[in-house]
Amino acid sequence: MPSVEILSRIQFAFTIAFHYIYPPLSIGLGLCLVIMEGLYLKTGLSLYKDITRFWIKIFALIFGIGVATGIVMEFEFGTNWATYSHYVGDIFGSALAAEGIFAFAMESAFLGVLLFGWNRVHKGVHFFSTCMVALGSIFSALWIVIANSWQQTPTGYRIEGHDLQARAVVTDFWEMVFNPSSVDRFSHVIIGSFLAGSFLVMSVAAWYILKNRSAKHAQAMFKVGLGVAVIAALMQLFTGHRSAHYVSKYQPAKLAAMEGHYDSSAVAPMYIVGWVDNKNEKTTGIKIPGGLSFLTHGSFSAPVEGLRATPKADRPGAVNFVFQMYHIMISIGMILIALTLLAVFLLWRKKLFNQRWLMIIFAWAVLLPQIANQVGWYAAEVGRQPWVVYKLLRTSDALSRKVTADQVMFSLILFTLVYMLLFTLFIYLLTRKIQHGPDVSENAEIEYDGYYHDNITYHPTKL
Amino acid sequence: METILGLDLPTWWFLVIGGLITGYGVLDGFDLGAGALHLFFKKEESRRLVLNAIGPVWDGNEVWLVIAGGALFAGFPLVYGVVLSTFYIPFMLFLVALIFRAISIEFRSKETWLWWRKMWDISYTVSSTGITLLLGLVLGNLIHGLPINKEHEFTGTLLTFFNPYAILIAFTTLSLFMLHGSIYLVMKTENRLYTRLTVIVNNCSKFFILCFILTSMATLIYVPHMTLQFKSHPQLFLLPMLAVLILLNIKRNVDARRYYTAFLYSSIITACLLILFAVGLYPNIVISTTDPAYSISIYAAASSVKSLKIMLLIAAIGTPMVIGYTTFLFWTFRGKVKLNEMSY
Repeated sequence: MPSVEILSRIQFAFTIAFHYIYPPLSIGLGLCLVIMEGLYLKTGLSLYKDITRFWIKIFALIFGIGVATGIVMEFEFGTNWATYSHYVGDIFGSALAAEGIFAFAMESAFLGVLLFGWNRVHKGVHFFSTCMVALGSIFSALWIVIANSWQQTPTGYRIEGHDLQARAVVTDFWEMVFNPSSVDRFSHVIIGSFLAGSFLVMSVAAWYILKNRSAKHAQAMFKVGLGVAVIAALMQLFTGHRSAHYVSKYQPAKLAAMEGHYDSSAVAPMYIVGWVDNKNEKTTGIKIPGGLSFLTHGSFSAPVEGLRATPKADRPGAVNFVFQMYHIMISIGMILIALTLLAVFLLWRKKLFNQRWLMIIFAWAVLLPQIANQVGWYAAEVGRQPWVVYKLLRTSDALSRKVTADQVMFSLILFTLVYMLLFTLFIYLLTRKIQHGPDVSENAEIEYDGYYHDNITYHPTKL
Repeated sequence: METILGLDLPTWWFLVIGGLITGYGVLDGFDLGAGALHLFFKKEESRRLVLNAIGPVWDGNEVWLVIAGGALFAGFPLVYGVVLSTFYIPFMLFLVALIFRAISIEFRSKETWLWWRKMWDISYTVSSTGITLLLGLVLGNLIHGLPINKEHEFTGTLLTFFNPYAILIAFTTLSLFMLHGSIYLVMKTENRLYTRLTVIVNNCSKFFILCFILTSMATLIYVPHMTLQFKSHPQLFLLPMLAVLILLNIKRNVDARRYYTAFLYSSIITACLLILFAVGLYPNIVISTTDPAYSISIYAAASSVKSLKIMLLIAAIGTPMVIGYTTFLFWTFRGKVKLNEMSY
């Protein structure tokens, strides 16, 4: 049987990767819901009410699974990584506690109003609840990314005790919170989430447009999604660059793995596509010469610290994996920019919604930000190995000492089965909801046309 | 050591976590109890009503578990690791049950097929009951103490957890939550369902009183370390007496059909029982049955003073906010539950 370490790592990777399908969607959808409901309050058009209520139902489904799979993550720290829990509790624990008390409590209380309060509370109160849910989901991302970032670039701590009894103790709370990578990584994660949510909205809308169903509703959804997506896709270029920059400064071994760069005295290229042969420490592919040197030092001829500068035992083993994941993320990021800019251009030319080919692409494009979010994290987390807390605690030392391989095997099989069932049900119910479509109010489309296209101002009272 | 209002920081944090667990017991207790009772309702409409009675609030209630877990992680990281890795299999089952419970509530109403609804109804009851029993089992073992060695490592097996005392506590927890949940449901329903629930509340109160008496006797006889505190501080005897008085009050209010008051008392007794447990434990948090010297005290397990202070501040800012949202939520959905097109 594989070792406890391997099994625990597989289990953690599997449960977190599965969990991470959902929170980015809720964060992105949360923002889209705020915009849709905001438009409803501003214009009073039933069309916006229809699409808001439609997306609330999908939001509920996604949010529910996100919460259920998220609780697993919290407790897994203690069950499988007890030594780690003891080591980082002083720091990680406070971020997790802050997440619970500041983010989750707010999110879930207002979620009740968002889902069930439509006819019970005033429109303004409902909108406020939607905003609070969206804000809560962003806060939860904030605290958990802070906690993760501290593990990548620890600051504001000192070490007490030694060997397996050692632990990190907070010396400066704000230095811990604003460690060198937290701001860049948080913005990168949040914008990635906005992309995930907005592309889901556009995908569903594009599908309706292709099927010629509730066309006005679909177009309105698409525009909301596109508005979020185009800004997010462009901003991601900036936050991505910032993130790469912090990695070059604080985790040079990770950056070297991302670009398959070994020789510290050499100028480092940037690969478009490539392949790393870790055994012979050689990377081949299509490259921009000196690209990484420019990114790191602002000069195309400066040498960049390579993997060989780090002893073999202290650098990531799966270099090619990190390289590929990182490059898939970047390629997708570029595709998203091109797609959204093209869509905005066509929308401006009033030609967007009859481009069937583009609508087909958008219907499938929902997978792109999902994949980018996943592989981006794979690159970040595999790239920092063998450390769980960078340069302080090795993943292999972080385990629960008394948990056996049989136990982890049992839970791993259990989670695999449950999550497979969960995912099947999720896809089935999501498809059902999408096929059912928004419940269209009477006159919604006429009202909408009246509001936007007639020169006469629309007065709801006159209809 | 630094003190605030005469109490040192680990003690404060022990109180905070106790408060959070109590909050979880009082809040999620009623919806877990409602879940355990779900299959006693036979008609589709009744099942929808009792499900929607907890619909807008159950998720917020469950957050207290997440916060309590985070607080334990932050305040006593050593205990977090030891307890969770010791109860590895029970906690894994607990997590899976939480997932099934969440999706049962969420998925049940999505199709009208009979088998679909029946399947999620069963899954909902089984998971709610399972969660409650597992929580009770862990609690029972913590009261009873665990075979922990000098290195804070658990030396027992899975069977160690299934001692008669822990099983009794598991069923007492179930009876308490069922009583609490049935009182909540009777407050939220009307007409025939209300009448049906008044009978269920009565039965639940009998079940709980029976468990309460058995637990009290078993604790006095088999868990002597729980009574040590009471011997050195006789004024603490007020607590168990208070619990008995509250118990009688629940019975009296249930009989008089004053359910709001009864709900208040069933909340208080949940708090009271957890306080009794905390008093018996203090200043330890995990008791070793191998040698009392190996028990983990709050002082050995606590985070640094600085961290505890920061988190007390976070708790002081956050708690009023959480209470604010919770009140707003319960106020919005006050009164008898009605079904509409957004309902489950």
